[in-house]
Amino acid sequence: MSSREEILNSIRGIQKENKFLPDIPNFQLEGDLVELFKSAIEANKGEILSKKEFENWIASTNFQHVISCSEPFHTYATQELPDDAHQLDHLELAILDAQFGVAENGAMWLDDSQLPHRALPFITEHLVLILSKETLVSNMHQAYDRIGSDHSGFGLFIAGPSKTADIEQSLVIGAHGAKSLRVILV
Amino acid sequence: MSHPKAATEFLKDQANSQWHDETLWMIRDKRDASSKSIPEWEELRNLASEIKDNVLSNLDKYLEQFEAQALKNGIKVHWAKDAKEHNEIVLSILQEKNCEAIVKSKSILTEECHLNPYLEKQGIEVVDTDLGERIVQFLQQPPSHIVMPAIHLKKRDISALFHDKLQTEKGNEDPSYLTNAARLHLREKFLASKVAITGVNFGVAETGEFVVCTNEGNADMGVHLADVHIACMGIEKIIPRRKDLGVFLRLLARSATGQPITNYSSHFRSPATGKEIHLVLVDNGRTRQLAREKFKNSLKCIRCGACMNTCPIYRRSGGFSYGSTVPGPIGSILSPGLDMKKYSTLPFASTLCGSCSDVCPVKINIHEQLYEWRQEITKHHGTVGKGLSMKLASGIFKSPLAYQFSGSLMRKVIKSLPESVIYNPLNIWGKSRDLPKAPKESFQDWYKRNRHE
Repeated sequence: MSSREEILNSIRGIQKENKFLPDIPNFQLEGDLVELFKSAIEANKGEILSKKEFENWIASTNFQHVISCSEPFHTYATQELPDDAHQLDHLELAILDAQFGVAENGAMWLDDSQLPHRALPFITEHLVLILSKETLVSNMHQAYDRIGSDHSGFGLFIAGPSKTADIEQSLVIGAHGAKSLRVILV
Repeated sequence: MSHPKAATEFLKDQANSQWHDETLWMIRDKRDASSKSIPEWEELRNLASEIKDNVLSNLDKYLEQFEAQALKNGIKVHWAKDAKEHNEIVLSILQEKNCEAIVKSKSILTEECHLNPYLEKQGIEVVDTDLGERIVQFLQQPPSHIVMPAIHLKKRDISALFHDKLQTEKGNEDPSYLTNAARLHLREKFLASKVAITGVNFGVAETGEFVVCTNEGNADMGVHLADVHIACMGIEKIIPRRKDLGVFLRLLARSATGQPITNYSSHFRSPATGKEIHLVLVDNGRTRQLAREKFKNSLKCIRCGACMNTCPIYRRSGGFSYGSTVPGPIGSILSPGLDMKKYSTLPFASTLCGSCSDVCPVKINIHEQLYEWRQEITKHHGTVGKGLSMKLASGIFKSPLAYQFSGSLMRKVIKSLPESVIYNPLNIWGKSRDLPKAPKESFQDWYKRNRHE
């Protein structure tokens, strides 16, 4: 007998009372979604920028390696997307579109359609996500309603920059992934 | 080693153990603040608990559904009945890919299966990529907490370790500096690895996808740069529907550290073009635990670690005192199911205060199960220690005369007992305790004197 059969048979052999699967109520969030989203991102150590503030910021940097997958921001790109994700190692900035945002926790959803390389938002030194205010939902229940049965090979919520507190609980931003997260709300 | 003996070791460094206690309590406080910001928090806990009850009562069906969907998505599915088979499956994939060095993100399951030493014996280099896990791996220690693997260490320890292993400046204890050194070191490993291993937080039966949550982004750095992703998953990690993730992701990080969500929550459904995803479904004692009516609820655990942060024993005795992969209250009800004799002292490492059950996001009755394990263990291994004093106490409380006499005796003795008897290195009881001030008279005498008023 294969291990698969052995495991499934031993589960089948256990007498179990059938327990119902509950429905999930439509929980809502009180307050202004944009304000809630902003404070969530800031609490996660991200930053919210207007387009103007973004322009000022990028002018103050001297990035040599910038990739943009967001149409209106293509002018800031310094290079095309390489074939192999390993060549992204020196990438200083990636600019990506997010599909929608979640006000309760600042999470933003991206899937394969925004990510020509799945490694992109992680391997880049700095990350800028473009998010439309119109897309904000209140909480994670609405987020999954919105994703619905969309089929993507990979999807992810990003809620802040890479961080760790593994050394004496001191918060350090920039563990392995992006050292900063900026969100341009449009 | 028994829990009390190992805890004594941890308590030798009093300053460190006090820091440990206070730091974990601070995290418990953050969890409270975070949970209280959600009006429906208790409702979410109920939902999570009910969803997991439903999973446990239909586990075979959900596993079959999950497997069918995952196969349809192009994921290769393996089944392992125990740790040995799990390790062999992982090794066979590595051998097939001619892979001699791998990166691994946090997975308590692979710790439970002792995958690292197994692979290392086969000449494979395993690099744990979570910062805390890399630190304890350098020290050849297991993690002492499931969410904060290096919480037992201080920055001076890590500074000395990194000076030795990563050639950082001697004496530089700045956490940002040390983290950056680890970032550079691990970046090389990420770029060079052909295979990456991760654990799994949730597997969704409906879609065949699985979710991995990290703050560091280390799981994603590993798998997206590798050709092959091996995900190791305990069979109890199944949830029925995609929308159930809404409930669990709202609970997980808030319970663990107080943050509203981990910064990365990655949903893996199909491999990228030209790549592979292997999923290893592991039993290793879980079906046995499922068959134990009193203890099966322990399988609802989502590994947030909240019960550790709140536990007065865990905070004061450290993760290593449990000697099991999962320490703390939840570990003390899971581990005896794996080996009752070896872990016989763990269910006694509790005050039964119930704080663990109060914070558990899936409402496992942890403290009740601790009590139940005590009954099982004393049935099999006899009473431990406190038998004689309990008998003595029982004799005193049964006889009013003995009670009155011993009361008056104690009131005198406590007053005149020299301090050296109590605060004596030989008397461990007196180490961090004080005797109460003895009242001048008993309550009975006081009542007699005052009843007429």
